[in-house]
Amino acid sequence: MADAATPTPHAAEHAAEHPSYLAHHFAGIDQQFEAGSLGMWVFLVTEIMFFGGLFAGYAVYRHLYLPGFEAGSRLLDVRFGAANTAVLIGSSLTMALAVRAAQMNRRKALILCLILTMLLGAAFLGIKFTYEWSHDYEDHLVPGMGFSYPGPNAPAIQLFFCFYFFMTGLHALHMVIGLGIMAVLVWMAARGKFDDGYYSPIEVSGLYWHFIDIVWIFLFPLLYLVGGRY
Amino acid sequence: MSAAPGAPAAARVDYLNADYGIRSWLLTTDHKRIALLYLGTITLMFFVGGTLAVLMRLHLIDPAGALVHPDTYNKLFTMHGIIMIFFFLIPSIPAVLGNFLVPLMIGAKDLAFPKINLLSWYVFITGASLALYSLVAGGVDTGWTFYTPYSSTYSNSHVISMAIGVFITGFSSILTGLNFIVTIHKMRAPGLTWFRMPLFLWAIYGTSLIMILATPVIAITIMLVGAERILHVGIFDPALGGDPLLFQHLFWFYSHPAVYIMILPGMGVISELITCFSRKKIFGYSFVAFSSMAIAVISFLVWGHHMFVAGQSVYAALIFSLLSFLVAIPSAIKVFNWTATLYQGSISYEAPMLYALGFIGLFTMGGLTGLFLASLATDVHLSGTYFIVAHFHYIMVGGAVMAYMGGLHFWWPKITGRLYPDMWARIAAAIIFFGFNLTFFPQFMLGYLGMPRRYATYPAEFQILNVMSSAGASILGIGYLIPLIYLIWSIRYGPVAPPNPWRAKGLEWQTPSPPPTYNFETTPVVTEEAYAYGPADSAEEGAHG
Amino acid sequence: MPGHVLPLRIYIGVFLALLALTALTTGVAFIDLGPLNTAAALAIAGVKMLLVVLFFMHARYSSSLVKIVILAGFFWLALLLSFTLTDVESRHWTPAPAPWSAPPQPAPKPVALQPPTRPATP
Repeated sequence: MADAATPTPHAAEHAAEHPSYLAHHFAGIDQQFEAGSLGMWVFLVTEIMFFGGLFAGYAVYRHLYLPGFEAGSRLLDVRFGAANTAVLIGSSLTMALAVRAAQMNRRKALILCLILTMLLGAAFLGIKFTYEWSHDYEDHLVPGMGFSYPGPNAPAIQLFFCFYFFMTGLHALHMVIGLGIMAVLVWMAARGKFDDGYYSPIEVSGLYWHFIDIVWIFLFPLLYLVGGRY
Repeated sequence: MSAAPGAPAAARVDYLNADYGIRSWLLTTDHKRIALLYLGTITLMFFVGGTLAVLMRLHLIDPAGALVHPDTYNKLFTMHGIIMIFFFLIPSIPAVLGNFLVPLMIGAKDLAFPKINLLSWYVFITGASLALYSLVAGGVDTGWTFYTPYSSTYSNSHVISMAIGVFITGFSSILTGLNFIVTIHKMRAPGLTWFRMPLFLWAIYGTSLIMILATPVIAITIMLVGAERILHVGIFDPALGGDPLLFQHLFWFYSHPAVYIMILPGMGVISELITCFSRKKIFGYSFVAFSSMAIAVISFLVWGHHMFVAGQSVYAALIFSLLSFLVAIPSAIKVFNWTATLYQGSISYEAPMLYALGFIGLFTMGGLTGLFLASLATDVHLSGTYFIVAHFHYIMVGGAVMAYMGGLHFWWPKITGRLYPDMWARIAAAIIFFGFNLTFFPQFMLGYLGMPRRYATYPAEFQILNVMSSAGASILGIGYLIPLIYLIWSIRYGPVAPPNPWRAKGLEWQTPSPPPTYNFETTPVVTEEAYAYGPADSAEEGAHG
Repeated sequence: MPGHVLPLRIYIGVFLALLALTALTTGVAFIDLGPLNTAAALAIAGVKMLLVVLFFMHARYSSSLVKIVILAGFFWLALLLSFTLTDVESRHWTPAPAPWSAPPQPAPKPVALQPPTRPATP
């Protein structure tokens, strides 16, 4: 298994042309790119375990309090959840296209796709805050902030909403961080830092963004769609 | 072979004198300097945790408690555990020896992500500062295990600030592990295949796997406890519908593998020490390498053995019990292989070797007593007693700390360019060994006789054993102070070290002592197996008198 | 620089498939399939995840090391979930034992066989 990379001729050429991109401790630009990618994948595995703890808690309590959790799920608005899912999938598309644009040395397309990704991400957060969370707050469904539910299974419903806000809140926090990263990438791209020889930060940030999409791909059905809506 | 003490080193630029000033240290990205930053921090935390231990042992010389109020005693054992585990043991070998040695051992100029390495240290000291703040502000009394609902609802101590401190420090672990994994995969020198790597690297790799897979779970668990404490919602409180056992599952999913984070790097160090000081290659290299991977994987399958008497289902307990027996096997394989390495080796007894031999004996005892605890019926009797305290201290102190000390001494010439006085080092090792056993062996007996742990008072008939334990603790404390003194002394006044004072194999010994900032003038090419000690290597006198 | 440049149609195709699967899973949620509802929701989510991982994240074109890393992440999550749920689900299979201090009960008298009756509710 030969993992110690030897630079390709192309990369060796680029290393000569763009030494500023090649960190001194790497043997070549290929090794640097692969290390960066692998590092982000390993980080995403830690994120799987991070969110995983919440999924485990949710699974346990759903098993113990199924009627209450189903009732809680029915209190969520599927339309906004589905719309948000579509928005996020769209932002994944634009992010993937941004990486593609960088690979093909198309700076304007890169910047456009990054900005579109940010707009869709902001739209996701906007829908969340304005249409979902604020209404949940008005309906007294936010634990710790005046939660009260008059119907049956109130403690289990409160527990459901604990997990709902924790999971979607942690997800939203990751999105906000992602937006910050995108902003930095747009700024760097506008200054001409990326080309087809060096686009590792775009690739790596793309992996992060897609991961956030995947977390939502699981949150949406597990929170919104398994409430016995029939 | 050694220059006169205090003689100025040759005018050679190394990583220590390459740049001066506090900014060159606080903004360094050199893995070797970052290792020293960690060394300073964890040494401080070790002595804070050790002071808490001394206070506990002083308190326990009297059955009614000699020193502090019971509430304060609760804070002493809690803070001792938190500081020693999160702020000393977990970072010790990986962040100090690992950071220093991994690039050297693989023939690289630095780790894959040097800036992330520095970030990990800043994250660590942020968490450590919060921990020290919590200590000074009044401490935490929940036990290091933070069990709910006490920690989430009823405790009146500084749980939140402590929890935030531990949460933040967890990310230091994750970043370190991530760095090591990518470095070992992607930056090995030409010719350094996986099976030519020193076993220390296999151990660090296994440890890094555990770090990245387990630590996020305790991070989220701490967040949930904090949320419950602040929002008064029933995530773990049974009165509000929560399940305290869920907390324990999430907590121990990390904390059991965490104990392997603490011991596995130590095992890697021992492989290096035993081979060097027996002048022999390791017996069964691939078995030892694979056992590190097996420990990393199986360690995730046994966490329920901390919950046998907590209300866990008997069927889950059976599965966890069986797996806990299985996890002992790779550790035992290592002990057998080290012993077989010693057999017919040309053994010398420098201080690192004394620590290594002590490790093998004490770790074996600690590990065997773990089997009593893995067995359901005996665990019912021994759970919550001093037997457990003795078991884990044999592994953590008799094992991990001795390995850390052995490694620190072994690589000290490489790190500092100075030799320490080996006579004092051997005396200190002997004092530590004696003091350790006097402290903790009586605790096996106390636990078996039924003395509960985490109690500020105890029945009078246990006093003699407690006094023995406390006497041992004082001796142990002195034993740890002695290296602090001579190691610091050696930095200034020790003889200048040659590149390879132990005539050891390994790429790190092919560089000057201390190494230059970029480690290697040219990338080395590896052509021989690890531990290629041959007859010529053992023919000479002992490496260093 | 390593990295496949995938044709645009693959990205568009995956995007449309993801939207379609979202519509599908939303629709299925309103149909009563009993316990299969959760299974279906998770299965569809799993397919969506695979599409994102393989194509948007280029895992299909990455080294086997990356593939192993991804699998390891999910495997470890499965460990956490499965062992924890095993405990929770099996906790009530064994009735709690009687306390130590309970007095010994007298042996029950043998009862004459009764004709079969309606079974008692479990």
